Amino acid sequence: MMKKSLKVLSAAVVAGTLAIAPAQAEDMRIALVVKALGIGFFEAAAKGAEEAAAELGGVEIIYTGPTDTTAEGQIEVINSLIAQKVDAIAVSANDQDALVPALKKAMTRGITVISWDSGVAPEGRQMHLNPSSNPLIGNMIVKMAADHLPDGGDVAVLSASATATNQNIWIEEMNKVVGNYPGINVVATVYGDDLSDKSYREAQGLMSSHPDLKAIIAPTSVGIVAAAQAVSDAGKAGEILVTGLGLPSEMAAHVESGASKSFAIWNPIDLGYAATMISYNLAKGDAEATAGGEIGMGRLGAVTLGESLDGAMADPFVYDSSNIADFKDIF
Amino acid sequence: MSRDAILALALIAMIGLVSVRFPGFASPDSLLGVFNDTSILIILALGQMAVVLTRCIDLSMASNLALTGMCCAMLNAAYPQLPIVLLLVVAMLIGALLGSINGVLVWKLDIPPIVVTLGTLTIFRGVIFLISDGQWVNAHEMSPAFKALPRAEVLGLPMLSWVALICIALMYFVVTRTPQGRAFFAVGGNPDAAVYTGIDVGRTRFNAFVLSGALSGICGYLWVSRYAVAYVDIAGGFELDVVAACVIGGISIAGGIGSVAGAVLGALFLGVIKNALPVVNISPFWQQAISGAAIIIAVVFNARAERRSGRIILRQAETT
Repeated sequence: MMKKSLKVLSAAVVAGTLAIAPAQAEDMRIALVVKALGIGFFEAAAKGAEEAAAELGGVEIIYTGPTDTTAEGQIEVINSLIAQKVDAIAVSANDQDALVPALKKAMTRGITVISWDSGVAPEGRQMHLNPSSNPLIGNMIVKMAADHLPDGGDVAVLSASATATNQNIWIEEMNKVVGNYPGINVVATVYGDDLSDKSYREAQGLMSSHPDLKAIIAPTSVGIVAAAQAVSDAGKAGEILVTGLGLPSEMAAHVESGASKSFAIWNPIDLGYAATMISYNLAKGDAEATAGGEIGMGRLGAVTLGESLDGAMADPFVYDSSNIADFKDIF
Repeated sequence: MSRDAILALALIAMIGLVSVRFPGFASPDSLLGVFNDTSILIILALGQMAVVLTRCIDLSMASNLALTGMCCAMLNAAYPQLPIVLLLVVAMLIGALLGSINGVLVWKLDIPPIVVTLGTLTIFRGVIFLISDGQWVNAHEMSPAFKALPRAEVLGLPMLSWVALICIALMYFVVTRTPQGRAFFAVGGNPDAAVYTGIDVGRTRFNAFVLSGALSGICGYLWVSRYAVAYVDIAGGFELDVVAACVIGGISIAGGIGSVAGAVLGALFLGVIKNALPVVNISPFWQQAISGAAIIIAVVFNARAERRSGRIILRQAETT
């Protein structure tokens, strides 16, 4: 009797676990591995990932990363995720090569692996999601100036150093599309070497040698801050527009002063959202990472993969007085 | 003609040359702007002059500036109600403390100054990273008063320029009217003779390092509030500009020779070049070459001036 009731009990337990088990198996676990915990940018990305999880349903986000930005720390985190048998790992890497062995191991165990923001070498991931692309950035920086200059006018570029690869590519891309914005006339390109004092001086120089200057485009975070400061010190805030690429925390005061109306950089929330969507679609088998193939990113459309299985998420996100307050404490 | 006068003439000639290409450059407003922009370099050059006079060199000035600037910015972000004058005093003290580290190492351990300050140059930068965690202190985190001081105009001149003028006056007084100032020259001119006149060579060098540290500290606050941003790399490589300003100003790296006027003119020489290049529309690659060439030409002039004075003595000896 006693024995029988025990058997019944254990059967009930088994039935119970069986009943729960399918629900657990349905919950897909996606790990968002970041460079280090406690960085505003990545906390915001985690917010985006949660947004995607809520939209998809049945997805659990594991937001994790080392406490300092080291590859060793990330490898430990990845190994523990493999042990937990997560379904997907989306990583922003501290080192593009050091993580490859650990991530390869994850892939051989059937875990979907993608990198986002800061990439991993192609053999260590199924695809890489770039926040944006050079042509999109080049277009955006001149578009922001043009949007506020309906009648066109003279604009100048304040770059980092004359040999800075990123900046040179963006400026080249910008110059390709500048013809699409009638009346916008790029009168000079100067170099502040990413030094506050030199950038400030170059911005002053632009203002005195081009009296009709309407906008300064600085696709570098040191340069855009220095240019905005130089413009407001010259009492020309609102008269000469400063735009380009910068971080909301660094630009908040200059948007407030009116020296800058808008500037762009990636939106970390969208980035976390897109990384989660892509991980989900790949892990579910709804999409495959192939050169030229497309993977859905929910509300952000789809990413098209290039030769080395990487793709660009979207246009850089524009920040202005309407949204800067929400982002200035994030990154 | 004195070396300072030659340098002043060269400066005027250069301003004239630039205004041929860009007429607005020589206007009083523009020149005051150049002086204001060069203020920080002038203050640093004055500190460097004191150190160089004692036959030492301080390569850690820009790192000291950056570290003190970061401390000021973080203090202001954390306690915005702290009066700015107090912050300026704190900046000076932090700078002097950092300078005294250099001074002690040179004085007590007798390590060559170039090695000591090359070490502290890197250490100070590293400390900025440690205390700031690599994060920037941004304009919106600084209090309005913190940013306003260097821009506030008194009698038509921004406070930044006034601070430079005050430093020039004080340094002129120290160098020409105090025993300490004479000791700087004595120690650099002939350390052995200085000992016989009762000057403590080590202590004098220590004092020079503390002085240059304190001036770097003041510049730390000025820099951070002028550009309204503080991060690890601010004023990176600026120590070389400071040394160049001194060399151009005729302050002998071998010690014992130099003047306040020389340091100021040397800094202004560089300041004019830095401010002229953006408006004369020259390729950035040429800009660097031009800055370098100007420095070498100035130094060649100085070297010639020194040699000539040597020859004159010989000629007099032959004739008598």
